Amino acid sequence: MAAKFGTQEWYDIYKEEINNSKAYEEAAKTWEGDFYFITKKGGPVKEPIVGYVDLWHGKCRKAEVVTDMKKYNPEFIIEAPYAIWKRICLKQLDSTQALITKQSKLMTGSRGTMAKIMRYTKAANELTNITARIDTEWLD
Amino acid sequence: MWTFSCPIIAYGDYALEYIAQIQGKKAFIVTDKNIVSLGLLKLVTDQLDAVNIKWQVFDEIEPEPSLATIKKGGVAVGLYQPDWVIGLGGGSCMDAAKAIIILLVQPDLDPDAIIASDTYNFREKAKLMAIPTTSGTGSEATWAIVLTDADNQRKIGLGTTECTPDVAILDPVMVEGMPPQITADTGMDAVCQAIEGYVSTWGTSITEGPGLVAAKQAFQYLPKAYKDGKDLEARKEMQNAAILAGLSFGNSMAGLGHSMGHALGAMYHIPHGRTVGLFLPYTMEYLINGSEETTAKYAEIACFCGVASGSNLECAKALVAKVRSLLKEINQPLSVEDCGIDKTQYEASIPDLIDRALNEVMTMTVSRVPGVEDLGKIFRYAYEGKHINF
Repeated sequence: MAAKFGTQEWYDIYKEEINNSKAYEEAAKTWEGDFYFITKKGGPVKEPIVGYVDLWHGKCRKAEVVTDMKKYNPEFIIEAPYAIWKRICLKQLDSTQALITKQSKLMTGSRGTMAKIMRYTKAANELTNITARIDTEWLD
Repeated sequence: MWTFSCPIIAYGDYALEYIAQIQGKKAFIVTDKNIVSLGLLKLVTDQLDAVNIKWQVFDEIEPEPSLATIKKGGVAVGLYQPDWVIGLGGGSCMDAAKAIIILLVQPDLDPDAIIASDTYNFREKAKLMAIPTTSGTGSEATWAIVLTDADNQRKIGLGTTECTPDVAILDPVMVEGMPPQITADTGMDAVCQAIEGYVSTWGTSITEGPGLVAAKQAFQYLPKAYKDGKDLEARKEMQNAAILAGLSFGNSMAGLGHSMGHALGAMYHIPHGRTVGLFLPYTMEYLINGSEETTAKYAEIACFCGVASGSNLECAKALVAKVRSLLKEINQPLSVEDCGIDKTQYEASIPDLIDRALNEVMTMTVSRVPGVEDLGKIFRYAYEGKHINF
């Protein structure tokens, strides 16, 4: 049964899929860092959807929908409108191309650096591959 | 949505005189000491003087510029407050100018925090001009900034589409004295970028055209420019090939040759064009062995360049052979061993080389994405000069 995009149920499946992925585990075996994935308000999204994902040595330690942005202080924040996230998740749009064309926005938190995130392009690609495998009920 | 960025290109004899047409009061020139001593800086400042544009020079750019040098340039540009920033030199100087102009509006920014998705609006203060003194990097037409993280011995690819220069000036006088070795190194960068830009999975018909013409011109004119630097037709056509290749790969993406070349270059301090040119034929063979789509595109290049005719596979293989014969003709290394790297040291560094190459965006924009095992094999085959058979 499909999980609705942006719900805790969806993030639970995302966490499970990440932790079952050998390709991600290999690509991210030295990665230590966490993210907010923010879906901006607009269209079918009435309030911003904020997903917190904590990734550590090839595994996902936590994947949680948060309502209070102050709850965590992640290293990286990626923000995009719903339509862009949908295209990225369905692999209709490359996540790097989305950044280059400014359709999505990457922000580094207090500890994150571009030099760090750019050393893990392969892992980022695997994370997108994983979202494409989730049976998702879209909001539109 | 995808975009195509391109500067105004002033080219041909006396192209430097385009400077007389710009509007401005103060220019900040980012260059290196070698350009100054060769008298190339004076050719530019004479033009600025002629139209009463004041100028200041920052000539501290080193090959593979470090983050610290960019910070220093950022302080200097902030003090001078120009309305033009001019990158004068090879790719390092032009890339440095792109980063420094961002620091003009965000002086506290760490250069490695320049993010593709951000907008810096530096044109509210200054415009960006690029004047290449080599023919190959294509930096004069791209938004990419390659800097060196000296602490981690890594090249960092940064930039935003905003960093595409407003103006690129290609005057043959700036390259006619370029030594043969630099002509060969940078020229192979253009060949690699033309071919990789053409076959990039991010490419479109808009980026294919420049790549195709760039490949044809580079195959024809690079040997001539290498053998006779005073051949101005060859020099001009190589300038054109370089910027066309830049427009192609800069608006699509380079490929595996660049990923592997970046890794080797950063670890062993070998010029960028030499390393990407070295890996180009090996990575082409790897793609031919696993991707009909890219094989067909190589065949298109081969046919357009008059290299071969026949089946896609025959043409694609002929293109690889053409690249190898070009490398030989201009005395470029055909194997990693030819670069003088010790085999034991190289073997020990392969895991690190793989890690670096694997995590380049350019590894993801080819039609056959290698994993750890295949990358390791390509690195090993390239050491010995063995053709890729897997």
